[in-house]
Amino acid sequence: MDALVKKRIKQVLKGDQNAFADIVSLYQHKLYQICYRMLGNKQEAEDIAQEAFVRAYINLHTFDPKRKFSTWLYRIATNLCIDRIRKKKPDYYLDAEVDGTDGLNMYSHIANDDQLPEDAALQMEFQERIQHEISKLPEKYRTVIVLKYIEECSLQEISEILDLPLGTVKTRIHRGREALRKQLNEL
Amino acid sequence: MSTCPQHIIEYMHEYLDGDISREHEQVLKQHLKTCTACQKHMHQLSDAVAFIKSAAQITAPPHFEEKVMKRLPRPKNRLGIQNWLRRHPFLVAAAMFILFMSATLFGSFNDDKFSVTKQPNLVVEGQTVIVPEGEVVKGDIVVKNGDIVVEGEVDGNVIVINGEYMASTAVVTGQIHEIDQVFEWVWYEVKRMTKDFLALFENGKD
Repeated sequence: MDALVKKRIKQVLKGDQNAFADIVSLYQHKLYQICYRMLGNKQEAEDIAQEAFVRAYINLHTFDPKRKFSTWLYRIATNLCIDRIRKKKPDYYLDAEVDGTDGLNMYSHIANDDQLPEDAALQMEFQERIQHEISKLPEKYRTVIVLKYIEECSLQEISEILDLPLGTVKTRIHRGREALRKQLNEL
Repeated sequence: MSTCPQHIIEYMHEYLDGDISREHEQVLKQHLKTCTACQKHMHQLSDAVAFIKSAAQITAPPHFEEKVMKRLPRPKNRLGIQNWLRRHPFLVAAAMFILFMSATLFGSFNDDKFSVTKQPNLVVEGQTVIVPEGEVVKGDIVVKNGDIVVEGEVDGNVIVINGEYMASTAVVTGQIHEIDQVFEWVWYEVKRMTKDFLALFENGKD
């Protein structure tokens, strides 16, 4: 896969824009997943993931071919996600109870765009809860937990993606795990 | 658990990261055997990890690739051609030259009107040009779509295009060309133009 990616990168740099389609096709799911897990919203995730590919295309000449392409690409995406999270400090939390309703929170106001059959509902609820718990993590910990446990990146890779020392990455993962443990056992 | 040393929790995380040393692992195992509070803590951490890991793999929405490709800035491709043109001006000039040349040449070759260079003392009979006996024509004669019969003398070149040159005892001081194929015609024209072109330079030198 690496050889193919490197070949496509060369073609794009020579001016063959269509060669970039293969790069998008290879990484679209991984990149979208990072954005979705970080942002917890499908529209935003799609927008940011697309933006990340566009930026990768524009700045492709700055990519060092000796390094891993996925690391470079994930870095663009995580930076965009972190920027987005910091820009829109939410005025309300989705799980905050809405005034005058009995136990209804903002989740019940969000239209569910996935039409799933009834027997998938149970699974759906569980998956929804996972995303809910991820979204509750402070952004610092959320990023490392998503990269480590959902994208299955190594600690070394995470350190390169986030441009942080390995020690800092470890500390954040430890604190992220502790935060998650507390969240899960509060219920 | 508040009485347990802080480093035990550190070891738990080292264990979960998969980079715990042998000694630390021994200390952790020994401690967990005796401390139920720490056992519980360890279990909760493992459960939290398992919980996150059970998240379903998510795929990008349909037409994601198309949408990205549409968002890419356009100019790159067109710039490629423009750059190429800019980098090879000579090839471009040559291509343009050949294009116009062939257009005009084929155009004039295909026109099949009879014509001949105007010279005094030439006799034209239908589509045949005659240099009468005893006459001397000074200069070149070009005949297009007709024949030439030389009975007298020509002090210059005789060129016949799409026709025939007929001579018996004629005297022609210059060269005789008979051209009846397109390629020869083109070749002849190119040679002539080059000659004119070079002559221009030679004149300039004088």
